[in-house]
Amino acid sequence: MKLLFSIFLVFGFLATHAQKYKSEQATITFFSEAAIENIAATHSGASSLFNAETGEIAFLVQIDGFQFEKALMQQHFNEKYMESHKFPTATFKGKIIGFEKALSGKPEVKAVGLLTIHGQTKQIETEGSLTFVKGKIVMSSIFMIELADYKIKIPRLLWQNIAEKVEVKIVSTYVPI
Amino acid sequence: MNRVYLLALMCWVSFFAYAQDDLMAELQDAQPEKTEYAIQTFRGTRIINGHSVETKGKGELEFIFSHRFGPLNSGAYNFWGLDDAFVRLGIEYGITDWLGVGIGRSSTDKTFDGFVRYKVLRQSHGVTNIPFTLTAIGSGYIKTSPQAKFNPQVSIKDRMAYSLELLIGKKFSPNFSLQISPVLVHRITVNPMFENNDDVALGIGGKHNITRSLAVTGEYFYRVNPHTNSTRSDAIGLGLEIETGGHVFQLIFTNSLGLFTRSVVSETQGDFFDGDVHFGFNISRNFQLIHKK
Repeated sequence: MKLLFSIFLVFGFLATHAQKYKSEQATITFFSEAAIENIAATHSGASSLFNAETGEIAFLVQIDGFQFEKALMQQHFNEKYMESHKFPTATFKGKIIGFEKALSGKPEVKAVGLLTIHGQTKQIETEGSLTFVKGKIVMSSIFMIELADYKIKIPRLLWQNIAEKVEVKIVSTYVPI
Repeated sequence: MNRVYLLALMCWVSFFAYAQDDLMAELQDAQPEKTEYAIQTFRGTRIINGHSVETKGKGELEFIFSHRFGPLNSGAYNFWGLDDAFVRLGIEYGITDWLGVGIGRSSTDKTFDGFVRYKVLRQSHGVTNIPFTLTAIGSGYIKTSPQAKFNPQVSIKDRMAYSLELLIGKKFSPNFSLQISPVLVHRITVNPMFENNDDVALGIGGKHNITRSLAVTGEYFYRVNPHTNSTRSDAIGLGLEIETGGHVFQLIFTNSLGLFTRSVVSETQGDFFDGDVHFGFNISRNFQLIHKK
């Protein structure tokens, strides 16, 4: 009885772990086309966990990890727009819908959940793809963010340097843990 | 004994529940500790008349245009100073994020100046804790007035001066920053009746944001060893700063016509409290010449 119970505990523990996948170098890029100059930045160290049993997924992004071509633009992004000293991270917590079908070769999935940026949380739904490659899971998605939804203020002084909509692209590769 | 197993089972169940439900908490726990650096302690490379701890980013070129009008107390005939103009045109380039070089030319004594700016320490907290930013600036100046062609008796040495500044800046909050700046100015040729070869001053400057793009600034240079017969004053300045995109506009009221360290510390003439105040501005524009990657 004791032995059986112990085995049950150990295997149960392993089983819990085997369903989970992590991604430590998810790439997030965003792009916005504006009148004066385009704004673009890349983050290649976002972290994410995916539970392949339930379809639950979580993303955590350090705002100050976004890299811009221009040092000044990066400073303004953190200091004035994202206020990264107040809101150091952006998160997404939700579910991947249709991930079971991805096993049978249908990569189209949906992600539904809560996106938190700049301290503001919004329910979002976006389409993406999920594929299994040699024991790894690769997910990608492209969606639009409306800056006003997240109370990211656009300066009106003298000229407009930032567009009101930003296109976000995510690519993450998961390994089992 | 069964109780022990029950407890173990409960622990296991709760762990299971944790693993299932709180991916976010798990992610947060797994975040590595990092170092956060203070960004934009000041918005420009100048606070008012003096330099700030800020350096240009790598590959960034700043064009800076500084202007001071005549004194406000010069009366209506002189349009309260607006008839006169003292100008410096300058550029500064970031070789790295830490190291920059700049040159400028001012109408005061038709002076050319050049400087090297190096950020020694960067204020940070987290894994690395440094309480302030330290920047050192070494400058050289050469007067081209009086004109060499007609004044061969004025040697090149007579025209030259140097200065060394140690800028210690701290961003106390997202809105408030303060800087202490010990300065040494060395002029090779002076009139010993009322001028020192070496002037030491202690500058203090601050910035407080009113909105995201607007700030008030203040600056004072206290001369530690003024000559007993000195006819000069300590430089005082108050300013309003507006930042938009790649521009910084600074509107200034100051008793100094100095647009570079030698003239600010050693050659400020006006008495601030007697109305010898000059309106002026610094305008800077940034250009990213070399893009990352």
